Amino acid sequence: MIEINAISKAFDNVQAVKEVSLQVDEGELFGFIGPDGAGKTTLFRMLNSLIVPDAGSISLFGLDPVKQYKKVRQIIGYMPGKFSLYTDLSIEENLSFFATVFGTTIEENYHLIEDIYKQIEPFKKRLAGQLSGGMKQKLALSCALIHKPKLLLLDEPTTGVDAVSRREFWDMLKALKSKGITIVVSTPYMDEASLCDRVALMQNGKVHAVEKPQVIVDQFMGNIFAVKSNNNYKSLLQLRTWEHCKNVYPFGESLHYLDHRSKVSEKEIENFLLEKELAEVEVALVTPDIEDCFIAFTQTETD
Amino acid sequence: MEKEKVIIVKDLVKKFGNFIANDHLNFHVDKGEIFGFLGANGAGKTTAMRILCGLSKPSSGLVEVAGFNVKTNAEDVKKRIGYMSQKFSLFEDLTIWENMRFFSTVYGMSRSNFKARGQLLLQKLNLFDERNRLVSTLSLGWKQKLAFTVAILHEPSIVFLDEPTGGVDPITRRQFWEMIYEAADDGITVFVTTHYMDEAEYCNRVTIMVDGRIDALDTPSELKKQFKAESMNEVFLSLAR
Repeated sequence: MIEINAISKAFDNVQAVKEVSLQVDEGELFGFIGPDGAGKTTLFRMLNSLIVPDAGSISLFGLDPVKQYKKVRQIIGYMPGKFSLYTDLSIEENLSFFATVFGTTIEENYHLIEDIYKQIEPFKKRLAGQLSGGMKQKLALSCALIHKPKLLLLDEPTTGVDAVSRREFWDMLKALKSKGITIVVSTPYMDEASLCDRVALMQNGKVHAVEKPQVIVDQFMGNIFAVKSNNNYKSLLQLRTWEHCKNVYPFGESLHYLDHRSKVSEKEIENFLLEKELAEVEVALVTPDIEDCFIAFTQTETD
Repeated sequence: MEKEKVIIVKDLVKKFGNFIANDHLNFHVDKGEIFGFLGANGAGKTTAMRILCGLSKPSSGLVEVAGFNVKTNAEDVKKRIGYMSQKFSLFEDLTIWENMRFFSTVYGMSRSNFKARGQLLLQKLNLFDERNRLVSTLSLGWKQKLAFTVAILHEPSIVFLDEPTGGVDPITRRQFWEMIYEAADDGITVFVTTHYMDEAEYCNRVTIMVDGRIDALDTPSELKKQFKAESMNEVFLSLAR
């Protein structure tokens, strides 16, 4: 189990992580969801023993990353956000290098990486610097796994990767989880939240909520209306001037509108827009998305 | 009434040796439209976009951008477009105003025209009083909004955006899309390339490229209907997988 107890970290005047506390259970697929600059990478680097927190403590399966960093490094597999393998070594050489550093061999733990590695094995003589984004990602994951870690720390593994490779990557994580590996992953993409067992929503160094993704959505207060018209931009400007408007923002092909009143009908919203000379108005009550929850969390914060 | 077309692509083919990067592409983009150009890594998006920007010539076919043929009038095309990439945006060690002045010169704007337009755009962003701040001191969200402003400074017919909102927080992302809507409302055509399908949901129409071909072209809601999908991500996966 991972226990994070009120850890903070500042760089010069920037408070990158502010008193974060949470627990991750053994065997869990846990996600840190937050935009660039939220503090995800700083938090990961404190977990993996690369930097020391200013305050607070961490326990990784009973080990302290500050005092027992050598032991911690044996039990974790870390995949940094930036591709960090040797670009002038081949696929096979990179993998064999990491196996040797951790005192093991490719053969010994091949069963663990087989599903992933066999997809790039036909190209094993190719230099790592010449691989596509998806292939680099598979190699990096293989290298992070080759010493059979108890915990995998993946910092933004899907950033810059296309939708197909992203989906494949999450399928791989599910397979690894079923082998008993605890996985902690960070991502700026809200839609990946639903693929985790539990998530922590993070912004400006703080964690807003730690929950199952479905629970975060269920706990959303208030109704959200999806509003479409012949001119969404004009609807947006009009709704914003309405006295009842709590919040309105673009959301894909429609707008998401929240009203101050506890009871308001679709028809009332539609009529308001029709009066403002908009046409083809469609209003529908929708279930909030994790992005709506994120917006609500961060706005109550600034209020 | 027929809408004015600002991009016309007919039977565009681009070959590199025997490799066909763009295989008979056909589409057009209307004035003021927000057009999404999607595809996996290696599908041929970048190749097509370089041709549209006048940086590369088609092997065959007709491509007209802002009324000019990219093969014969590439320089005229370049003057009428703006470009914003997620990676390179602005000079960190110049101030906001210096960055804007630099790009205005690149696009050949007159001094007086730049002053008026620059002031107007910065006032809209509430950044005019901050104009002497170094860009390096701005947050990522502000940098992106400023980069977009710089890309439309010279009032281009079309602005090309490459993965404009990848990685930003949901609130900044929405402020950014509002700026895009406003520009489109002013008649600037917006051409968005991305491989993030949630960005695609914001476009009026989207194309999906697979292996050098355009496999789908419609509004996001029509595509979702057609593929019986909940999201653009599912549409994309059923095409590209």
